[in-house]
Amino acid sequence: MLAVLGLIVGIGVGFLVEPNLPTFLQPYLPIAIVAALDAILGATRGWLEGVFSDRVFVVSFLSNVLIAGLIVFVGDQIGVGSQLSNGVIVVLGIRIFNNVAAIRRVILHA
Amino acid sequence: MPEPKPSADLWRSFLKPGRGQLVVGAMLCITALLVVWTIRSQAAKPDYSNLRRSELVQLLDNLTAETRRLESEVRELTTTRDELRSGVAGAKEADDEASRRLDRLKILAGTVPAHGPGVRIVIQDPQSKVTPELLLEALEEMRDAGGEVIEFNDAARVTTGTWIGRDAAGKISVDGVALSAPYRLEVIGDPATLETGARFRGGLVSQVEGSNVQGQVTISQESDVRIDSLAQAEKPRFARPK
Repeated sequence: MLAVLGLIVGIGVGFLVEPNLPTFLQPYLPIAIVAALDAILGATRGWLEGVFSDRVFVVSFLSNVLIAGLIVFVGDQIGVGSQLSNGVIVVLGIRIFNNVAAIRRVILHA
Repeated sequence: MPEPKPSADLWRSFLKPGRGQLVVGAMLCITALLVVWTIRSQAAKPDYSNLRRSELVQLLDNLTAETRRLESEVRELTTTRDELRSGVAGAKEADDEASRRLDRLKILAGTVPAHGPGVRIVIQDPQSKVTPELLLEALEEMRDAGGEVIEFNDAARVTTGTWIGRDAAGKISVDGVALSAPYRLEVIGDPATLETGARFRGGLVSQVEGSNVQGQVTISQESDVRIDSLAQAEKPRFARPK
């Protein structure tokens, strides 16, 4: 219940508070979101497979987001930011697909 | 692959959340916040930032073509404007020339008042012996001397068709306007030349002051003679411009 509550609160706060994101964060936010999605789906998969651990979830969530942001930041510094962010998106996308496929298999047995 | 948890377990964990759910809730909250903010900031950005390179190139091409088209339009319109301007200048010149001509002709025809340097000649005629012929000669002398506008007694403007004669009462009349002594001639022209033209031997002055008329002539040179009487311009009945 708290999970659903957190989701709703997050959406509500997001709509209520004006998004005054600092501009230097702008290129990293989409990557961070994709990384967070990957972590959430991984956690869901772990929960459905009975191996969910909140500690693992928190650590994987934060490290996913941070590493994704870091990779893009470094890419920006050395001039290949857009390529690296493409790469990160691709890798995370593959992981998301894998996670979703596992979830699907657990729920639908297919 | 393990079976999903039974629904009773699900309900229990839904109703009695533990520490894990709190953490998950917080993470979801942060993620939702980020997603919503990002979506909103993306929506606030101008459209171009989301376009791909090829689309941007296409846009740029379109803009360039549009710019060229507009530039050629600007050139065309500039040319048209210049043409119209020179046309206006030409028309204005013709207009000025026409109005200068009109002024000349108006003065010649006596249909407008005129002023300028000239002389005022007053002929005293105590014995009423001034004849129309004498005045006509005086008029001719003034014309010879370059008089441009001539007027008798502030009443009769001399034009090309002016005649001098006597009316039924025996008075001298100019274009049908009866004059009485003293006769005053106002002439616009070069004052010195006009006075010389009146004073030469055998001219106006010597005739009037001679023994025949025994009158008196006073000539004053004026810097600004005003001639206000007008003549009626009559439409020629026979002559037509060629």
